[in-house]
Amino acid sequence: MSISLKNVTYTYMPKTPFEKTAIDTINLEIQRGEFVAIIGHTGSGKSTLVQHLNGILKPTQGTVTVDGVDLHDKKAAAKAARSKVGMVFQYPEHQLFEETIYADIAFGPKNLGLTEDEIDQRVKRAMNFVGLDFDQYAQRSPFQLSGGQMRRVAIAGVIALEPEYLILDEPSAGLDPRGRDEIFQEIVQLYQSSGITVILVSHNMEDVAKMATRLIVMNGGKVSLDGSPLEVFREPEKLKTAGVDVPPVTALLRLLKLRGLPIDDSLLTIDEAVATITTALGERKEC
Amino acid sequence: MLTDITLGQYFPGKSLIHQLDPRAKIICVFLFIASIFIGESYASYALMAGFVALVLALSSIPPAMIAKSLKPLWIIILLTVGIHVFTTPGRVVYEFGFLSVTEEGLRQGFLMSTRLVLLIVVSSLLTYTTSPIALTDAIERLLKPFEKVGLPAHELAMMMTIALRFIPTLLEETDRIMKAQMARGADFASGNILRRAQSMIPLLVPLFISAFRRADELAIAMEARCYRGGENRTRMKELQHTGRDWAAYGFMLVFILILVYLKFTAGKL
Ligand SMILES: Nc1ncnc2c1ncn2[C@@H]1O[C@H](COP(=O)(O)OP(=O)(O)OP(=O)(O)O)[C@@H](O)[C@H]1O
Ligand SMILES: [Mg+2]
Repeated sequence: MSISLKNVTYTYMPKTPFEKTAIDTINLEIQRGEFVAIIGHTGSGKSTLVQHLNGILKPTQGTVTVDGVDLHDKKAAAKAARSKVGMVFQYPEHQLFEETIYADIAFGPKNLGLTEDEIDQRVKRAMNFVGLDFDQYAQRSPFQLSGGQMRRVAIAGVIALEPEYLILDEPSAGLDPRGRDEIFQEIVQLYQSSGITVILVSHNMEDVAKMATRLIVMNGGKVSLDGSPLEVFREPEKLKTAGVDVPPVTALLRLLKLRGLPIDDSLLTIDEAVATITTALGERKEC
Repeated sequence: MLTDITLGQYFPGKSLIHQLDPRAKIICVFLFIASIFIGESYASYALMAGFVALVLALSSIPPAMIAKSLKPLWIIILLTVGIHVFTTPGRVVYEFGFLSVTEEGLRQGFLMSTRLVLLIVVSSLLTYTTSPIALTDAIERLLKPFEKVGLPAHELAMMMTIALRFIPTLLEETDRIMKAQMARGADFASGNILRRAQSMIPLLVPLFISAFRRADELAIAMEARCYRGGENRTRMKELQHTGRDWAAYGFMLVFILILVYLKFTAGKL
C-alpha cells in the first residue's frame, strides 16, 4: 500500500529551446501512514514531483503507481487510483469560484456523484477540520474572507474528497506566522486523527521538521537526501548544497555541543531545547 | 500542456538577423512584401527565393520551424493554386469534364503560391527572430511621427506590451486552475455543448477574478511609480541603428533595384 515512483523523469517543453528537465530519474516509495515533507530550493522540482503523484503530469519517462495501479493506464482502475490522492496546489485560494463556501467545498464531492446527505456530511467534517465554523461560514461568499481563511476553504474542498493520500504544495506560502501555525496545526490534527498519508511541500525546514516522519530533500531535480529528520540533519554539507537550512534550534544545539556543552543535539522543538540547555547548564554549575 | 505554446513564435538566438534593430527588420519585411509584387519573371522569382534562403540561412532558424509556420496555411495555398489553375482563361493543356487547365493558369497558380509562401516565410522569420517586446518597441518608434496627427503611439505600444506580457501569465494561470479543478473531479472534455459550457464556470470565474486582480495590482504599481504617458519619457534600452542595420537597408535597396531592372529587361512570365 504505497505510492511508488520508478525512474520518473519529466521534461517541460521538450524539443524546444526552452526545454527543461525539472525532475530526473526519481525513485521513491511513500508508504501509507507516513508524514512526508519534500523540501528544496525554489525551482528544485518539488511541485513538478508532487504533480506526478495524482496523475496530473504524465512522466516523460518512468511510471507512477498508487497501491500497485499505474496512474496512466487506460483502465477505470487508474481513475480510481488517482482519486485516492488529493492535491492542494500552491495558492489554492485562487481556484475558488462558487457563490458560497458550502457550494465550493461541495464541488469535489458532487463530482464524485455522492448523495446530498453524504455531501452535507463531508462538507461539515471538512470545515470542522480546517477550523471554520459551519453555521457562521457555510453560506458566506468565499470572496469576502481573508487570505488565510480562503486558503482553508480551498483545503477543505480537497479534504472533502476524503483522499487516502493528501498532498499539500506550500500550504503556508504567503501567510503570516500565526496563519502558518494554524494551518500546520490543522494538518497535524488531521494526520493524527484520520490516519491519512500526508505529503507536504515546503522550502522552510523549520516549519516541517517537527511534524514530518520523513524528509525528502530535492536539489536540481534529484533527491539529494531522504530519511527521518534526524538522519537528514546529520548531513549539513548536502543540505547546504541543496540550499536548505537546518532549523535554527538544531543549529544552535549543534554549535553548543561543539563548544563542549553536554547536550543532545537531535532535538527539534524550542521547548525541548530550552529544557536540555538549562539542565546542561545547571549540571555545569554544580560541578 | 497549455503553457507549451505561451512563448509564441520567438526563437531566441544570437544570429546576425536576431541582432538587427527590430525597426530595420520591420521596414525590410515591408519592403520585401511590396517588392514581391514587382516580380514578374522566373529570374526575379529565383532572385526572391534566393534572398529568402539567404536570410533563412543567416538566421539559423531550423527549417523545420519554418515548415511548421506554413502548416496551418497550406489549405489556403492549395486553394489559391486551384483557383488560378482552373479559372484563368488561355491555351488549354488538359481537360477533366467541365474543368480545364490552361497554360496561363498553371503559371499564375505557380506564381501566386510562390508569392504566398515567400510572404509567410519572411513574416514568420520576423517573429521568429524578434522578441515580442522588441517588436512593440519598434512599432512605437515607427509610429512616433504620427503622434503629431493625434495617434497615441506610446499608449498603443504600452497596451500591446502589457497584453503580451500577460498572455503567458494567464495561460499559466489557466493551466493551474484547470489542474486544480481536475484534481477535484471537474471534467472539461466530455458532454454536450451545454454541459461543457457549464463545466467551464469553475475555470472562468477564478480566471477572471485573477485577471482583474492582476490588472488592478499593475495599475497601482504603475501609479506608485508615477507612470504617466509617453511625452518626455526616456527608456532603458534606446533602439539604435548600427552599421549592420544600414548594411541591411543597403542590401534591401540593391535587391529592389535588381528586381526593378529585371522587370524591364527579363520580360513577363
Ligand atoms: N509550466 C512550466 N513550463 C516550463 N518550465 C517549468 C514549468 N513549471 C516549472 N518549470 C521549471 O521546472 C523547474 C522546477 O519547477 P517546480 O515548479 O517543480 O519547482 P519548485 O521546486 O516547486 O519551486 P518553488 O519552490 O518555487 O515552487 C523550474 O526550473 C521551472 O523553471
Ligand atoms: Mg512549487
